[in-house]
Amino acid sequence: MAIAPAEVPIQAPSVSGNQMVQRRRLLRRVILYGCLALFTLALLFPFYWMFIVSVRPDRDLLNVRLNPFYPHHWTLKNYTHLLSDTEFLRWTWNTTVVAVGATALSLVASIFAGYALGRLRFRGGNTLGLGIFLAYLVPPTLLFLPLSQVISSFHLGNTYWALILSYPTFLIPFGSWLLMGYFRSIPRELEESAMIDGASRWQAMTRIVLPLAMPGIISAGIFSFTLSWNEFLYSLIFMSTTKMKTLPVGTVSELIKGDVFFWGSLMAAALIGSVPVAIAYSFFVDQYVAGLTAGSVKG
Amino acid sequence: MDSAQRPVQRPTLPLKQRGVGSRFQASLQSESAFARMLLVPTLVVLALFMLYPFALGVWLSFTNAVVGHSGHWIGLKNFENLLHDKIFRTTVRNTFTYTGVTIVLKLALGMGLALVMNQPFRFRKGFRALLLLPFIVPTALSAIAWLMLFDSSLSPITWAAQHLHLVNNRINWLGTPRLAMTSLIIANTWRGIPFFAISILAGLQTVPTDLYEAASIDGAGSIQRFIYVTLPAIRAVTLVVMLFSIITTFADFQLIYVLTKGGPFNSTQVFGTLTYQRGLSATNIGEGAAIALYMLPILAIISGALLWYIRRED
Repeated sequence: MAIAPAEVPIQAPSVSGNQMVQRRRLLRRVILYGCLALFTLALLFPFYWMFIVSVRPDRDLLNVRLNPFYPHHWTLKNYTHLLSDTEFLRWTWNTTVVAVGATALSLVASIFAGYALGRLRFRGGNTLGLGIFLAYLVPPTLLFLPLSQVISSFHLGNTYWALILSYPTFLIPFGSWLLMGYFRSIPRELEESAMIDGASRWQAMTRIVLPLAMPGIISAGIFSFTLSWNEFLYSLIFMSTTKMKTLPVGTVSELIKGDVFFWGSLMAAALIGSVPVAIAYSFFVDQYVAGLTAGSVKG
Repeated sequence: MDSAQRPVQRPTLPLKQRGVGSRFQASLQSESAFARMLLVPTLVVLALFMLYPFALGVWLSFTNAVVGHSGHWIGLKNFENLLHDKIFRTTVRNTFTYTGVTIVLKLALGMGLALVMNQPFRFRKGFRALLLLPFIVPTALSAIAWLMLFDSSLSPITWAAQHLHLVNNRINWLGTPRLAMTSLIIANTWRGIPFFAISILAGLQTVPTDLYEAASIDGAGSIQRFIYVTLPAIRAVTLVVMLFSIITTFADFQLIYVLTKGGPFNSTQVFGTLTYQRGLSATNIGEGAAIALYMLPILAIISGALLWYIRRED
């Protein structure tokens, strides 16, 4: 369908002209792959570094004569130390509970709100839509201090509920904004004819519109899950005991202590903690990108 | 989209099969009643965990509250004191430097990466997925990698620079004021490039190819094609991405918390870390609330200006 302009054969006036075109094309390729290599190196090097440090014995790190860019000795000790001597598995579990809970709550609320704002006509609808968009722009840094007071006055401090209920403040605005756009793209006639056939509004929504909005719902879900998994500030403040910490906070605040850093285990924790979100989006990278950009284009 | 064209089986629902709560159901047949019901969960959550804390924050900022004591009304005293506070002034300056420099770098490099990714080459999809990684993984965890990359004795960057005879001594990345800010800017830019690149790439892919052909036939060079064809097409998406990035960078906390905690000598202190330090560590909640609230007018002006600019040509 698309004809790349560069591929259209141009009648070469002479041999030297043809050579010039070829040389130009070669130069273009070289620049393209050069830039790509540089970007790849810069963006992926920290991950490579996490990996090689996590499989080296810590004593090798301090040996300045060894080239630090590849492992000279291999070990799994850092991983076994992390999994058996620290609360890492517990933090992983905490994070899973919180991320699943917050995502479920936010997804239900966002589907409802997105449907109401994108589909139904009612007074104050536009104002509410704008309000939710503005809520999306409020950074957690602005709220965490008074929110910590609210959490403790509701007696939610150091419980999963503290995070399951506070993460939706940034998940719902994003989710409903994203889903609003999806619901609008589904033709109204489908619901109207269902209602003529006797379906209630609720049935028209759940049986007709929601199945069609599945791609949007999935990307809202993945986005919510990764945002919850990665959250740091609220978790740092609302969870006070070691046992209740989430993975990012536990790793940063419990494994970095004093002057002795267990770099190998730290990097192992950083790698393992990144795996779930990496898997989550590698399966759904297209929906993820669509969600990311739909969210920003519609904004 | 294609899903809309799929034939949908009309469900045949028995009208008489309504039992308990049928009156409630009937009331929901009104469009506005149904809409209001659907909005209840969202409004409850946002009211309790966003509006209420926000109002409480405003109230606290006018008091001398400390942790455990509600304190009393002191008017604008917190806000006034901060204006004369040297550390607060440094904080404001740092936050603007951090945000300003990283936005320019992220925009330039992100657009560069998007233009590269828009060219046809092998394994493009795989690359797109891989290069999104810095944006996707938990920032606190990737910050740990940076903590080591900037370590004064273990940094491989320093090791490489020494072996290339670029420097003789160790580089104290996070322990020297100016270098500490530079290090944070590098780490933040690294994390943000993919977000810019992927979003701009999506914008680039909406440009019809024949537009480029038409421009070429009219004699436009590649720079002119970029200015007159490419830029208008990605203008909206780029501005929106900038809006989000400015807000999150201005209000950043975790990267700085992990790498420098605002030090050395407050040289990397930003609004987020100072609020945390004064409001929680030093338990002066009133003062902390005032610091956080100082962000509001700044963010409102920047967002308002950008949103106005985005809408102007839509």
